[in-house]
Amino acid sequence: MSPSLDPLGAALQSPPVPAPGCSQAPVLRERGQREVFCGLTGIVWLHRKIQDAFFLVVGSRTCAHLMQSAAGVMIFAEPRFATAVMEERDLAGLADANEELDAAVTKLLERRPDIKMLFLVGSCPSEVIKLDLSRASERLSRQYAPDVRILSYSGSGIETTFTQGEDNCLAALVPTLPQAEGDEPNLLVIGALADVVEDQFARLFDALGMENVRFLPPRRSRDLPPVGPSTRFLLAQPFLGETARALEERGAQRIAAPFPLGAEGTTLWLKAAADAFGVDPMRIRSATAAPEARAKRALEPYRAELDGKRLFFFPDSQLEIPLARMLSRELGMELTEVGTPYLHRQHLSEELPLLPAETALSEGQDVDRQLDRARAIRPDIAVCGLGLANPLEAEGMTTKWSIELLFTPIQGYEQAADLAALFARPLDRRTRLRI
Amino acid sequence: MQLTVWTYEGPPHVGAMRIATAMEGVHYVLHAPQGDTYADLLFTMIERRDKRPPVTYTTFEARDLGKDTAELFQSTLIAAYERFLPQAVLVGSSCTAELIQDDPGGLAQAANLPVPVVPLELPSYQRKENWGAAETFYQLVRAMAGGQVSQSQNSDAAHSPLPAGISPTRGENGLFETPGTPFSPLAGEMSPEATEGGALAQASQSQTRRRPRCNILGPTALGFRHRDDVAEIRKLLGEIGVDVAVVAPLGATPGDLARLGEADFNVVLYPEIAGVAAKWLKRQFGQEFTTVVPIGVGATREFVAEVCRLAGIAAPEFAPEKPQSNLPWFSRSVDSNYLTGKRVFVFGDATHALAAARVATEEFGFTLCGLGTYTRELARDVRTAAKEYGVEPLISDDYLEVEAAIAEAQPELVLGTQMERHIAKRLGIGCAVISAPVHVQDYPARYSPQMGFEGANVLWDSWVHPLVMGLEEHLLGMFREDFEFNDEAVPSHLGSGARTAPEPAEGIQVADCEAPAGVGWGVDAEAELRKIPFFVRGKARRNTEKYAAERGLAEITVETLYDAKAHFSR
Ligand code: SF4
Ligand code: SF4
Repeated sequence: MSPSLDPLGAALQSPPVPAPGCSQAPVLRERGQREVFCGLTGIVWLHRKIQDAFFLVVGSRTCAHLMQSAAGVMIFAEPRFATAVMEERDLAGLADANEELDAAVTKLLERRPDIKMLFLVGSCPSEVIKLDLSRASERLSRQYAPDVRILSYSGSGIETTFTQGEDNCLAALVPTLPQAEGDEPNLLVIGALADVVEDQFARLFDALGMENVRFLPPRRSRDLPPVGPSTRFLLAQPFLGETARALEERGAQRIAAPFPLGAEGTTLWLKAAADAFGVDPMRIRSATAAPEARAKRALEPYRAELDGKRLFFFPDSQLEIPLARMLSRELGMELTEVGTPYLHRQHLSEELPLLPAETALSEGQDVDRQLDRARAIRPDIAVCGLGLANPLEAEGMTTKWSIELLFTPIQGYEQAADLAALFARPLDRRTRLRI
Repeated sequence: MQLTVWTYEGPPHVGAMRIATAMEGVHYVLHAPQGDTYADLLFTMIERRDKRPPVTYTTFEARDLGKDTAELFQSTLIAAYERFLPQAVLVGSSCTAELIQDDPGGLAQAANLPVPVVPLELPSYQRKENWGAAETFYQLVRAMAGGQVSQSQNSDAAHSPLPAGISPTRGENGLFETPGTPFSPLAGEMSPEATEGGALAQASQSQTRRRPRCNILGPTALGFRHRDDVAEIRKLLGEIGVDVAVVAPLGATPGDLARLGEADFNVVLYPEIAGVAAKWLKRQFGQEFTTVVPIGVGATREFVAEVCRLAGIAAPEFAPEKPQSNLPWFSRSVDSNYLTGKRVFVFGDATHALAAARVATEEFGFTLCGLGTYTRELARDVRTAAKEYGVEPLISDDYLEVEAAIAEAQPELVLGTQMERHIAKRLGIGCAVISAPVHVQDYPARYSPQMGFEGANVLWDSWVHPLVMGLEEHLLGMFREDFEFNDEAVPSHLGSGARTAPEPAEGIQVADCEAPAGVGWGVDAEAELRKIPFFVRGKARRNTEKYAAERGLAEITVETLYDAKAHFSR
């Protein structure tokens, strides 16, 4: 299964061979029941990342229940998210709803004087009754400036799936970023990354001699990075369509790159940025060679376990295509169907050519029909959400629950093997258990 | 708008899902936005079910809103019927679909499915999960069991859904006149003698020469220990000579519901879920129902007596030499002496909270220092009980309010839900879970009922476990300076991290913990305070401050501390 030429070497010597891969492949587009999270779920990791921000969902008991089911085990003295649950009388008149919202925000900020940034997060009910949260955030911002900055975005299920909540949150941050002064080029790395991953990338950019590198979102809401026409940005996550658009509106330019998953992915990602900043190829090589070799060494034992194993992706996070690329090229896994909730052709332009041409791509979902296909294929591993995982296990399929891919540091060289391990573990477990 | 950190109950459509998922042959088509499928993982992960819940969601998106969401509902309904071929279909809306008003009931009727369709009206902005479960079960029972009788008999077929809750009109007076009379959410619903049912049972029994037969009502999917409670009660009923006709909704089919009327009477295990249906069955078929929830030894004995009365059979003699439960002996044994008067705070759904309050006081010898529920439908029962126990009732679904009440009461043990576990961890107080909502660890692999005699054994073990053991407690009180064995160390028999807050009373600032202004602690007094074992230290601090404030003292000295101790020890 393994391609005989070293994909990394090839990638570095010449730009990836413009083999078509999956760039022209037909995509199965399905409508029907979607077994996906709404964008509110992004709060679960965003509120840990931005440490002085609070997320107030304006929604129903359902939204509060979702947040709690997704984050219920996290026992904090004071969690930095909550729900303003709409009640009967809020539905009666929007004027009242706005007053009620102001009262809820006041109560909240009195309780939490340490909060510097408040996100009002829209939900399906608040959007269906057309409660204008952007107006509300402007109104409240005026009231609480300069102590608290109040922003809004939508995390509703009708507008967003899962990771798109992060996209909308970051997009809401973009207009508030300070203007970059001068024409000194600077780099922005976009997407919430585990702190350890962010630190590694910062060191790598340092080794590449790139000085002006900042990350969005920041760990503190007062450390917002500047942006302007001198800014180039590099997406660390594939689900950031809106954020990219907002950055482009501020004159920043995107650096096209595959995503930093696996040894190859990380090198190509770093190289794209370094090339854009005119870093000497020798310097790129010297900065990346050692960690890349280390990552590949760490991947080897997993390659032995995963080579030739057949993989099926249910749609979840938009990470599916970059993951499929990494797992097929670096670990020799065989792709059957790769489903994604939303396929952003432009942002995946560097990924799709790297996918094996025979991969079946699907966008959207009709879960019952997709389950039929998975049952017919009987993959060695099905990547799916928690609503499907145990039922599929009970049918004898091995699964990897996909949410973990958002809650685990997987990007960069040092995490390449951890990423592989996430997929090897369920198979390992299956062979260990004798019951 | 209500500012909500954690919520005790989900929306009502989750209650409906709990009924559908509990049953066989029922499918639920839910008009809901993309994203609401999160609820599936409550069943597949928390309860660890091996099948997908029998729920099909329309998962509409914003772009569908401009178009025909009603058409989407109808096509989803037909596709779901054709794929799953259920014996009955539930249709309804989630909170968002409720706003767009597509009328799933009417649409389903128009679809003309060849099976019964039960439309659910669940007002998401007023009601919650248990109400949704009770209403769904009631509607299903009416639709299925109602078919048994002719339309003319079915006098209330057209009445609108019963009001929320279970027993808004139970008699609230005189319950404590006889000591030990249980608080039950259903008590007072029936005539005290309830001879009617017994006679009825006897009559039909002698005709057919069969054992008396009952239904067990209330257990659902995602219920706290419902699986094992049913097994335990089924066993108990068998031992006293009563057969079980139908258990519902857990494991029942629509066909089973149609047979509900054949039983002699009903056993209502969870009034929050089955109270409304039981009352309807009584009106419809004259079936009496049990009002004692058999949690704890005393309640179980009363439950047995009640069942025997309803079944028209003699109550069994429980031979003292062959105890049904280990709890009474364990609680009498001298090792348990130190449990006497431990201050306990109880919070949960009304049924479990009321049962726990009784067990804690009568069977563990604890002192109740707080009692509350999030079940507003049964608030009256809890209020009455709290009054009898001499504590302030707490009727609230506001987590922060519960937190403040616990901080205020300074208990040594909290019996509550998953939320109270969070609170107790913060406050550094031992905690055991007695009621939903709960996490995955409270759907255990091992047999762990709460009900019946074995349930009492389980209660014993799980409530005593979080407490520091007797010897340890004494030594902590005697040797305050021990470098390894101090109150910041975790109790030896608990895993790491069970007690996290080193100093419960001051570690946190709950909004309304008013530290009396102007009263400060002297250095010596502060040091002396630390010599008091941690589990009563918070109480001592509070009492001393109160004592000082009342007397207008500016500083608390060692003397003040002991004056207050003497003052409050009366
Ligand atoms: S899908 Fe909509 S209604 Fe459901 S939890 Fe998400 S935002 Fe709330
Ligand atoms: S997955 Fe388990 S631990 Fe996590 S919130 Fe759900 S029940 Fe609790």
